[in-house]
Amino acid sequence: MTKSALPVTVMTLLLLAAWYVGAAWLNWPQAAETLARAGKPTAFADVLAQAYAMKRPILPTPGQVVVELWNSLTGYAPTSPRNLLFHTWVTTEAALTGLAMGLVLGILLAAGIVYTRTLEASLLPWVIASQTIPILAIAPMIVVILGNIGLTGLLPKAVICMYLCFFPITVGMVKGLRSADPLWLDLMRTYSAGGMRAFWSLRLPASMPFLFASLKVSVAISVVGAIVGELPTGGQAGLGARLLSGSYYGQTVQIWAALIMASLLSVALIAVVRGLELVLLGRAGAR
Amino acid sequence: MTFPNPQDVREATAARQGSGPAISPAASPVVVEARKLSLVYPTADKPVTALSEVDLTIARGDFVSLIGPSGCGKTTLLRVIADLERPTSGHIAIEGMTPEQARLKRLYGYVFQAPALYPWRTVERNVMLPLEIMGLPKAERRQRAREQLERVGLSGFERKFPWQLSGGMQQRVSIARALALQPDLLLMDEPFGALDEITRDHLNLHLTQLWRATGKTCVFVTHSIAEAVFLSTRIVVMSPRPGRILDVIDCDSLPRERTLDIRESPEFAAIAHRVREGLKEGHSYDD
Repeated sequence: MTKSALPVTVMTLLLLAAWYVGAAWLNWPQAAETLARAGKPTAFADVLAQAYAMKRPILPTPGQVVVELWNSLTGYAPTSPRNLLFHTWVTTEAALTGLAMGLVLGILLAAGIVYTRTLEASLLPWVIASQTIPILAIAPMIVVILGNIGLTGLLPKAVICMYLCFFPITVGMVKGLRSADPLWLDLMRTYSAGGMRAFWSLRLPASMPFLFASLKVSVAISVVGAIVGELPTGGQAGLGARLLSGSYYGQTVQIWAALIMASLLSVALIAVVRGLELVLLGRAGAR
Repeated sequence: MTFPNPQDVREATAARQGSGPAISPAASPVVVEARKLSLVYPTADKPVTALSEVDLTIARGDFVSLIGPSGCGKTTLLRVIADLERPTSGHIAIEGMTPEQARLKRLYGYVFQAPALYPWRTVERNVMLPLEIMGLPKAERRQRAREQLERVGLSGFERKFPWQLSGGMQQRVSIARALALQPDLLLMDEPFGALDEITRDHLNLHLTQLWRATGKTCVFVTHSIAEAVFLSTRIVVMSPRPGRILDVIDCDSLPRERTLDIRESPEFAAIAHRVREGLKEGHSYDD
């Protein structure tokens, strides 16, 4: 831990420095123009200060984003739509619901594919085809169709997440359910254990490391799915809505704050999955 | 490591067999009977004859070793007895039943070449696996598992995971797991093949004591002459291409109670010599 602290710190500082340089470079023309129009001095230091303090910069500085995050998180109650936590929760809810649905669908599909040869031939091409359609194209369709049959709010977003999530889980679980050692399967046969018993006592536990590898991918794309799902709904709540309203009004600082929040959310969810993996498989998996 | 007193174990086993489903020793003295047993694998270029017209009778309480070079069908024969392979022709009966009936009745315990422990289960839960499948109540499962682990000298390792044990200890767990079913017939496929010679000597001594204590019928596959002579009451010498029986050697000249010292005796040397001659006869150097 201490060994990696120094390189990580150096890298972070370099990135922040690059960000500040980039912000100055991108905001410079606008800042210089604003100062000139107001008849203020346009020396290097003046323009730089203005470039870092604009209300609607092309690229806000990390400092501006942190201040925006801080104000939003501490200035309002967590239930207020002006607090980013409120939006983060809305997105998390959809992402986790979708992940759960994707988990069930993915495992069912994988079990079908592993146990039925005809399903492997008939289903697998469709599963792969489903992932070649850009989610941005199909997400509004899902919202429209589900809205038409009276389903709005959380569910359409969760369905979009599920659509993205199930694929890594199906692929991982097909491999996982087939990962049981032939000797382990022979052993089940010597106990004259039936198919269901072999599934629950052997194939499913043997697939767990594969499931967790897939889950880490799925949980991150589930957050992306939830955000994409919030865009066509017109932006009432959620990190996606926050991004949309930010772009309507040119509020780049707000957009960046929402982006940072979304990535923090993904990191946190992956950490939770990793924690679950350690608790459930830690001792048995350490080989 | 301490071994249980054989007398105690024999009494304990006899007491349990009275209540269990086990076949009483008064039943037919023949446990396995094979007549003109053949097994041919269809392969891409030409069919491979794994077993050719094998005749074999195994009596109750015998310790029979199948010995021969790779490809002589010794493992195949064991797998046919266990109903893990189906013969293409000939007749085989286990306790007067077909191998499938015997397997469904869980009449035998099988020890594989590798320990084949499930890595996500603790040692104790590995031994309890067959008992779970039999549907025994939890208390009895735990008690039987403890008994068998004690019998193989692994008391105190119940909560360990397989990766925390040495190869020899893992194989002892797999023997305990086979014994937990309380079968009359123990089938072992080169269980000590992957272990170093010192560990192997140790486990052989342990195994012969276990066999004498429990009175089980054992069928043991090996390619070590010393191991076969040390353990067996009868040795079946097999030869490859096609897999067939060359010689069946009785080891009556050796006492039933064996210590590592008997390996220095002239009787031991005489039997080992006969096995070696048999193997030489079946070996052709032209392929």
